Amino acid sequence: MSATSTGQSTRQSTGQSTVAPASAPTAPTSQSSEPLLRATDLVKEFAVPGTGGLLGRADTFRAVDGVSLEVRARETLALVGESGSGKSTTARIVARLTDATSGEVVFDGEPVTRAKGDRLRRFRSDVQVVFQDPYSSLNPRHTVERIVTAPLVYQGREVPGGTRAFTQQLMERVGLDPDHHRRYPSQFSGGQAQRIGIARALAVSPRLVVCDEAVSALDVSVQAQIINLLRRLQREEGFSYLFIAHDLAVVRQIADRVAVMSKGRIVEQGERDAVFDDPQHEYTRTLLAAVPRIRPEWERARREAAEARAATATPDREAEAAGTEEETTA
Amino acid sequence: MSTLLEVEDLTITFRTAHGPVDVVDGLSFTLEQGASLGIVGESGSGKSMTSLAVMGLLPPTASLRGRVSLDGADLTSLPESKVRRLRGDRMSMIFQDPLSSLNPYYSVGMQIEEAYRAHRPGVTRRQAHKVAVEAMERVHIADAARRVDHYPHQFSGGMRQRVMIAMALSTEPDLLIADEPTTALDVTVQAQILDLLQEVRRETGTALILISHDLAVVSEIAEDVVVMRHGVAVEQAPAERLFSDPQHPYTRALLDAVPRIDDEIGELRGIDAAAGVGGKP
Repeated sequence: MSATSTGQSTRQSTGQSTVAPASAPTAPTSQSSEPLLRATDLVKEFAVPGTGGLLGRADTFRAVDGVSLEVRARETLALVGESGSGKSTTARIVARLTDATSGEVVFDGEPVTRAKGDRLRRFRSDVQVVFQDPYSSLNPRHTVERIVTAPLVYQGREVPGGTRAFTQQLMERVGLDPDHHRRYPSQFSGGQAQRIGIARALAVSPRLVVCDEAVSALDVSVQAQIINLLRRLQREEGFSYLFIAHDLAVVRQIADRVAVMSKGRIVEQGERDAVFDDPQHEYTRTLLAAVPRIRPEWERARREAAEARAATATPDREAEAAGTEEETTA
Repeated sequence: MSTLLEVEDLTITFRTAHGPVDVVDGLSFTLEQGASLGIVGESGSGKSMTSLAVMGLLPPTASLRGRVSLDGADLTSLPESKVRRLRGDRMSMIFQDPLSSLNPYYSVGMQIEEAYRAHRPGVTRRQAHKVAVEAMERVHIADAARRVDHYPHQFSGGMRQRVMIAMALSTEPDLLIADEPTTALDVTVQAQILDLLQEVRRETGTALILISHDLAVVSEIAEDVVVMRHGVAVEQAPAERLFSDPQHPYTRALLDAVPRIDDEIGELRGIDAAAGVGGKP
């Protein structure tokens, strides 16, 4: 497909409307030492159903219990943990989809925890979310055109270049056929629908994209394509990711830094390779040890066989071209 | 070792508004007594329909051609009453979501007892209760004698899957089919359930068919592997051969696409057009 191959071969030079990879960070107002986002001591309590009453105070459950984290400009911070660890709630607080019981979020030097009106609107275009299930997070009765321009419309902003051209350009950037701009989400495969969700997030040129299990529901071949897309877009646009995931192998592919959550707390955080190769916390070790693996000797043999094949085969650009190959439409 | 299950040229066709659709097309494999087979594929590959066909649980809109023989008896030509007697007795199945397989209104013990007594007429309640407690002990549910009276909601996801395995094993079946048994579970719990399945197979001699989308999970459990795509088995081989020297372009591409935890593998490879060879469009 032309859109993808163009993006692939001339990736470095087609950052047109946005920031080229080599240039300065996108955040002009932030100093280099200040992270793009800083969350301090976040706490989220939920009332336990069936407790309390007319007079009594309900028991509370701390889903998030004193979480502090930073996301720097242009980096990917992965928040990993098992179900109930509080990683998604933390992400929802950061994106202002839910309010924290206490704690503070500072974005680009400004506190946003209680922001309202214009400041909240500005924050909402700086921070976008991509959800796990594209079909439930995209309105089934709206066309792609309407979906991806909605963030601009809600914010009362003009659609640059007109709806049609804007949509088509976005669709090309995420590897969708721009001729499909009038189609509905159900007419796309799961991976393609997730691309629409990503296009919608890009529409307002965000500086932080929160991915909440954004590749978890996808088949492995499609998942690889979406991970590649997310990485390419970050290189082109220079935004940051807060990447929520339970799949550690996926996190290894995309994160710069990793924070491991358990029972509402961050038990360990650090540079990706340090966390994976030399985990300090007992829980991180348990988690890493539990991940199923193909035996290393089988992997080695397979890689060697593949290399031997590549050496004898015609030196084509197969390996490169396959990287961001478009999924086949069912 | 003798052959337990033989699937020959299995084709499953669904009647749809757009005409008949083959979701499984000409699948053949054999499973020896006590052996383990992994069936791996992406969504829509036909792997789950294959397991339902073996169990005689296909929906009424599906029709089946080919042979499915358990110990030489062709299940596809047996009357439903006979298949029902085999199902849950000689062959059992566990699913991805144990909560939807358990009745919330009955204690887990009663459900294990009921499943057991359905296949062992004449067994008393007391005997069945004893079997239930033993079955739960075998899957390492602590304090089984007390937990047997608890209800499904009182168990965690991993414990519920243990209950399902206990129920499936209560009749000492020759074949256990596990369809994505750990997909809904956290990774630490998944590791425990996979260990349990291995242990059960070792100790009871039950043959196992593991259906999964997860190549790493299959690689840890299965002696033989079938890779399915669009209803067709594109490759089948012993696990070591399949994972260390895959022959079919689709298997190769699938293995290339799996993110590895021990290594950042640069640009992840999607399934490219060349991998389409052999599969149906």
